[in-house]
Amino acid sequence: MGEKIADQYSVTGGDFSRAGYASSQIKKSLKKLGVDMAIIKRTVVATYEGEVNIVAHAWSGKIVFAVDDEKIRIVLEDEGPGIEDIEQAMEEGFSTATSEIREMGFGAGMGLPNMKKNADHLHVESEVGKGTRVEITMHLN
Amino acid sequence: MTAAEIVNKLDLQVFSGENGLNRKVSGGYVSDLLSDVMGNADEGQVWITLQTHKNVMAIASLKELAAVILVNGNKPDEDTARQSNEEEIPLLGTSMSAFEITGKLYELIKK
Repeated sequence: MGEKIADQYSVTGGDFSRAGYASSQIKKSLKKLGVDMAIIKRTVVATYEGEVNIVAHAWSGKIVFAVDDEKIRIVLEDEGPGIEDIEQAMEEGFSTATSEIREMGFGAGMGLPNMKKNADHLHVESEVGKGTRVEITMHLN
Repeated sequence: MTAAEIVNKLDLQVFSGENGLNRKVSGGYVSDLLSDVMGNADEGQVWITLQTHKNVMAIASLKELAAVILVNGNKPDEDTARQSNEEEIPLLGTSMSAFEITGKLYELIKK
Protein backbone atom coordinates (compact mmCIF):
# COMPACT_ATOMS: atom_id res chain seq x y z
CA MET A 1 0.00 0.00 0.00
CA GLY A 2 2.36 2.72 1.21
CA GLU A 3 -0.35 5.36 0.96
CA LYS A 4 -1.47 7.07 4.13
CA ILE A 5 -4.83 8.61 4.80
CA ALA A 6 -6.15 10.79 7.59
CA ASP A 7 -9.67 12.22 7.70
CA GLN A 8 -12.02 13.74 10.20
CA TYR A 9 -15.82 13.83 10.35
CA SER A 10 -18.08 15.70 12.73
CA VAL A 11 -21.17 14.05 14.18
CA THR A 12 -24.20 15.86 15.58
CA GLY A 13 -26.01 14.38 18.56
CA GLY A 14 -29.63 13.47 17.83
CA ASP A 15 -29.30 13.76 14.04
CA PHE A 16 -30.25 10.25 12.94
CA SER A 17 -30.71 11.36 9.32
CA ARG A 18 -26.90 11.59 9.04
CA ALA A 19 -26.05 8.52 11.12
CA GLY A 20 -23.79 6.28 9.07
CA TYR A 21 -22.37 9.03 6.86
CA ALA A 22 -18.88 8.95 8.39
CA SER A 23 -18.83 5.14 8.37
CA SER A 24 -19.80 5.14 4.73
CA GLN A 25 -17.01 7.60 3.82
CA ILE A 26 -14.48 5.54 5.78
CA LYS A 27 -15.63 2.40 3.99
CA LYS A 28 -15.14 4.09 0.61
CA SER A 29 -11.62 5.20 1.59
CA LEU A 30 -10.67 1.70 2.71
CA LYS A 31 -12.01 0.18 -0.51
CA LYS A 32 -10.01 2.67 -2.55
CA LEU A 33 -6.88 1.70 -0.63
CA GLY A 34 -7.55 -1.93 -1.50
CA VAL A 35 -7.79 -3.12 2.11
CA ASP A 36 -8.91 -6.74 2.49
CA MET A 37 -12.75 -6.96 2.36
CA ALA A 38 -12.97 -9.03 5.55
CA ILE A 39 -11.13 -6.28 7.46
CA ILE A 40 -13.28 -3.56 5.85
CA LYS A 41 -16.47 -5.37 6.90
CA ARG A 42 -15.38 -5.59 10.53
CA THR A 43 -14.17 -1.98 10.54
CA VAL A 44 -17.51 -0.79 9.14
CA VAL A 45 -19.54 -2.62 11.81
CA ALA A 46 -17.41 -1.22 14.64
CA THR A 47 -17.33 2.32 13.23
CA TYR A 48 -21.05 2.45 12.51
CA GLU A 49 -21.93 1.33 16.04
CA GLY A 50 -19.64 4.01 17.45
CA GLU A 51 -21.12 6.66 15.16
CA VAL A 52 -24.67 5.70 16.19
CA ASN A 53 -23.65 5.83 19.86
CA ILE A 54 -22.57 9.46 19.42
CA VAL A 55 -25.85 10.33 17.64
CA ALA A 56 -27.96 8.47 20.19
CA HIS A 57 -26.25 9.57 23.39
CA ALA A 58 -23.92 12.55 22.95
CA TRP A 59 -24.37 16.22 22.12
CA SER A 60 -21.66 16.35 19.49
CA GLY A 61 -18.62 14.42 18.46
CA LYS A 62 -15.95 13.76 15.90
CA ILE A 63 -14.53 10.72 14.23
CA VAL A 64 -10.86 10.73 13.31
CA PHE A 65 -9.75 8.13 10.81
CA ALA A 66 -6.15 7.25 9.99
CA VAL A 67 -4.53 4.46 8.00
CA ASP A 68 -0.88 3.53 7.64
CA ASP A 69 0.89 0.40 6.45
CA GLU A 70 0.27 -1.48 9.65
CA LYS A 71 -3.12 -0.45 10.96
CA ILE A 72 -6.39 1.40 10.71
CA ARG A 73 -7.10 3.64 13.68
CA ILE A 74 -10.49 5.22 14.30
CA VAL A 75 -11.02 7.51 17.26
CA LEU A 76 -14.59 8.50 18.16
CA GLU A 77 -14.63 11.33 20.63
CA ASP A 78 -17.74 13.03 21.96
CA GLU A 79 -18.98 15.69 24.30
CA GLY A 80 -21.83 14.04 26.12
CA PRO A 81 -23.10 12.47 29.29
CA GLY A 82 -20.30 9.92 29.45
CA ILE A 83 -20.60 6.30 30.59
CA GLU A 84 -20.98 5.63 34.31
CA ASP A 85 -19.92 2.00 34.27
CA ILE A 86 -17.99 0.97 31.16
CA GLU A 87 -17.93 -2.70 32.14
CA GLN A 88 -21.73 -2.73 32.38
CA ALA A 89 -22.05 -0.84 29.07
CA MET A 90 -20.00 -3.59 27.41
CA GLU A 91 -22.54 -6.23 28.49
CA GLU A 92 -24.83 -7.50 25.76
CA GLY A 93 -28.36 -6.14 26.31
CA PHE A 94 -27.47 -3.28 28.65
CA SER A 95 -28.73 0.02 27.27
CA THR A 96 -29.59 3.53 28.46
CA ALA A 97 -31.29 4.52 25.17
CA THR A 98 -34.63 6.32 25.24
CA SER A 99 -37.84 4.61 24.14
CA GLU A 100 -37.94 6.70 20.93
CA ILE A 101 -34.52 5.40 19.98
CA ARG A 102 -35.51 1.83 20.84
CA GLU A 103 -38.60 2.09 18.63
CA MET A 104 -36.29 2.83 15.72
CA GLY A 105 -34.59 -0.48 16.38
CA PHE A 106 -31.53 1.04 18.02
CA GLY A 107 -30.66 0.83 21.70
CA ALA A 108 -30.78 -2.94 22.02
CA GLY A 109 -27.57 -2.98 24.01
CA MET A 110 -25.60 -4.51 21.16
CA GLY A 111 -23.51 -1.52 20.09
CA LEU A 112 -20.42 -1.75 22.27
CA PRO A 113 -20.49 -5.59 22.21
CA ASN A 114 -20.59 -5.47 18.39
CA MET A 115 -17.64 -3.08 18.44
CA LYS A 116 -15.68 -5.36 20.75
CA LYS A 117 -16.43 -8.40 18.57
CA ASN A 118 -15.35 -6.73 15.34
CA ALA A 119 -12.41 -4.54 16.36
CA ASP A 120 -8.95 -6.04 16.76
CA HIS A 121 -8.54 -3.74 19.71
CA LEU A 122 -11.09 -1.49 21.41
CA HIS A 123 -10.32 1.06 24.07
CA VAL A 124 -13.04 3.03 25.83
CA GLU A 125 -12.52 5.85 28.29
CA SER A 126 -15.21 8.12 29.63
CA GLU A 127 -15.85 10.90 32.09
CA VAL A 128 -19.41 11.33 33.37
CA GLY A 129 -20.82 14.70 32.38
CA LYS A 130 -18.02 15.40 29.90
CA GLY A 131 -17.81 12.75 27.24
CA THR A 132 -16.46 9.50 25.87
CA ARG A 133 -13.47 8.53 23.76
CA VAL A 134 -13.44 5.23 21.89
CA GLU A 135 -10.45 3.99 19.94
CA ILE A 136 -10.77 1.20 17.39
CA THR A 137 -7.62 -0.42 16.02
CA MET A 138 -7.55 -2.85 13.10
CA HIS A 139 -4.31 -4.62 12.14
CA LEU A 140 -3.57 -4.84 8.44
CA ASN A 141 -0.92 -7.54 8.55
CA MET B 1 -31.53 -15.58 -8.15
CA THR B 2 -31.92 -11.81 -8.53
CA ALA B 3 -34.00 -9.31 -6.56
CA ALA B 4 -36.20 -8.90 -9.67
CA GLU B 5 -37.04 -12.62 -9.73
CA ILE B 6 -38.02 -12.46 -6.06
CA VAL B 7 -40.27 -9.46 -6.77
CA ASN B 8 -42.03 -11.41 -9.54
CA LYS B 9 -42.36 -14.72 -7.74
CA LEU B 10 -43.53 -13.25 -4.41
CA ASP B 11 -45.57 -10.46 -5.98
CA LEU B 12 -43.76 -7.69 -4.07
CA GLN B 13 -44.26 -3.98 -4.45
CA VAL B 14 -41.21 -2.01 -5.61
CA PHE B 15 -41.05 1.32 -3.76
CA SER B 16 -37.65 2.47 -5.01
CA GLY B 17 -34.15 1.43 -6.01
CA GLU B 18 -35.26 -0.13 -9.31
CA ASN B 19 -31.72 0.19 -10.68
CA GLY B 20 -30.60 -2.45 -8.20
CA LEU B 21 -33.14 -5.13 -9.15
CA ASN B 22 -30.43 -7.11 -10.93
CA ARG B 23 -28.56 -7.61 -7.61
CA LYS B 24 -27.86 -11.25 -6.81
CA VAL B 25 -29.50 -12.63 -3.69
CA SER B 26 -27.45 -15.00 -1.53
CA GLY B 27 -29.90 -15.42 1.35
CA GLY B 28 -31.91 -13.44 3.86
CA TYR B 29 -31.94 -11.96 7.33
CA VAL B 30 -34.98 -11.11 9.44
CA SER B 31 -34.74 -8.56 12.25
CA ASP B 32 -36.06 -5.22 13.46
CA LEU B 33 -33.00 -4.52 15.60
CA LEU B 34 -30.53 -2.49 13.62
CA SER B 35 -27.43 -3.57 15.52
CA ASP B 36 -28.45 -7.18 15.03
CA VAL B 37 -28.53 -6.68 11.27
CA MET B 38 -25.28 -4.70 11.41
CA GLY B 39 -23.58 -7.49 13.33
CA ASN B 40 -25.07 -10.57 11.71
CA ALA B 41 -26.43 -9.95 8.20
CA ASP B 42 -24.11 -10.50 5.26
CA GLU B 43 -23.50 -9.11 1.81
CA GLY B 44 -26.08 -10.08 -0.81
CA GLN B 45 -28.82 -10.94 1.66
CA VAL B 46 -32.41 -9.68 1.59
CA TRP B 47 -33.37 -7.94 4.83
CA ILE B 48 -36.96 -8.44 6.03
CA THR B 49 -38.13 -5.82 8.56
CA LEU B 50 -40.92 -3.52 9.72
CA GLN B 51 -38.58 -0.54 10.21
CA THR B 52 -39.24 2.17 7.62
CA HIS B 53 -36.84 5.00 8.52
CA LYS B 54 -33.77 6.12 6.63
CA ASN B 55 -31.23 4.35 8.84
CA VAL B 56 -32.45 1.09 7.29
CA MET B 57 -30.88 2.15 4.00
CA ALA B 58 -27.68 3.31 5.70
CA ILE B 59 -27.29 -0.21 7.06
CA ALA B 60 -28.34 -1.88 3.80
CA SER B 61 -25.66 0.13 2.02
CA LEU B 62 -22.90 -0.42 4.59
CA LYS B 63 -23.61 -4.18 4.60
CA GLU B 64 -24.11 -4.30 0.78
CA LEU B 65 -27.44 -6.07 1.12
CA ALA B 66 -29.31 -7.10 -2.04
CA ALA B 67 -32.70 -5.64 -1.08
CA VAL B 68 -34.96 -4.70 1.83
CA ILE B 69 -38.53 -6.01 2.21
CA LEU B 70 -40.95 -4.05 4.42
CA VAL B 71 -43.65 -6.26 5.90
CA ASN B 72 -47.27 -5.83 7.06
CA GLY B 73 -48.03 -3.26 4.35
CA ASN B 74 -45.55 -0.76 5.78
CA LYS B 75 -44.45 2.08 3.50
CA PRO B 76 -40.99 3.64 3.55
CA ASP B 77 -40.38 7.20 4.75
CA GLU B 78 -39.69 9.58 1.87
CA ASP B 79 -35.99 9.97 2.66
CA THR B 80 -35.66 6.19 2.99
CA ALA B 81 -36.92 5.72 -0.58
CA ARG B 82 -34.65 8.51 -1.78
CA GLN B 83 -31.58 6.86 -0.30
CA SER B 84 -32.61 3.50 -1.77
CA ASN B 85 -32.57 5.15 -5.21
CA GLU B 86 -29.16 6.72 -4.56
CA GLU B 87 -27.67 3.45 -3.30
CA GLU B 88 -29.47 1.42 -5.98
CA ILE B 89 -30.66 -1.06 -3.38
CA PRO B 90 -34.31 -2.04 -3.99
CA LEU B 91 -36.81 -1.22 -1.27
CA LEU B 92 -39.68 -3.68 -1.56
CA GLY B 93 -42.98 -4.20 0.21
CA THR B 94 -45.58 -6.82 1.01
CA SER B 95 -48.82 -7.00 2.98
CA MET B 96 -47.64 -10.35 4.36
CA SER B 97 -46.23 -10.69 7.88
CA ALA B 98 -42.52 -11.28 8.46
CA PHE B 99 -43.30 -14.94 9.21
CA GLU B 100 -45.16 -15.55 5.94
CA ILE B 101 -42.79 -13.72 3.63
CA THR B 102 -39.75 -15.29 5.27
CA GLY B 103 -41.21 -18.78 4.76
CA LYS B 104 -41.91 -18.08 1.11
CA LEU B 105 -38.53 -16.49 0.47
CA TYR B 106 -36.77 -19.39 2.17
CA GLU B 107 -38.61 -21.92 -0.03
CA LEU B 108 -37.72 -19.89 -3.09
CA ILE B 109 -34.00 -19.47 -2.56
CA LYS B 110 -33.08 -22.73 -0.81
CA LYS B 111 -33.21 -24.64 -4.14
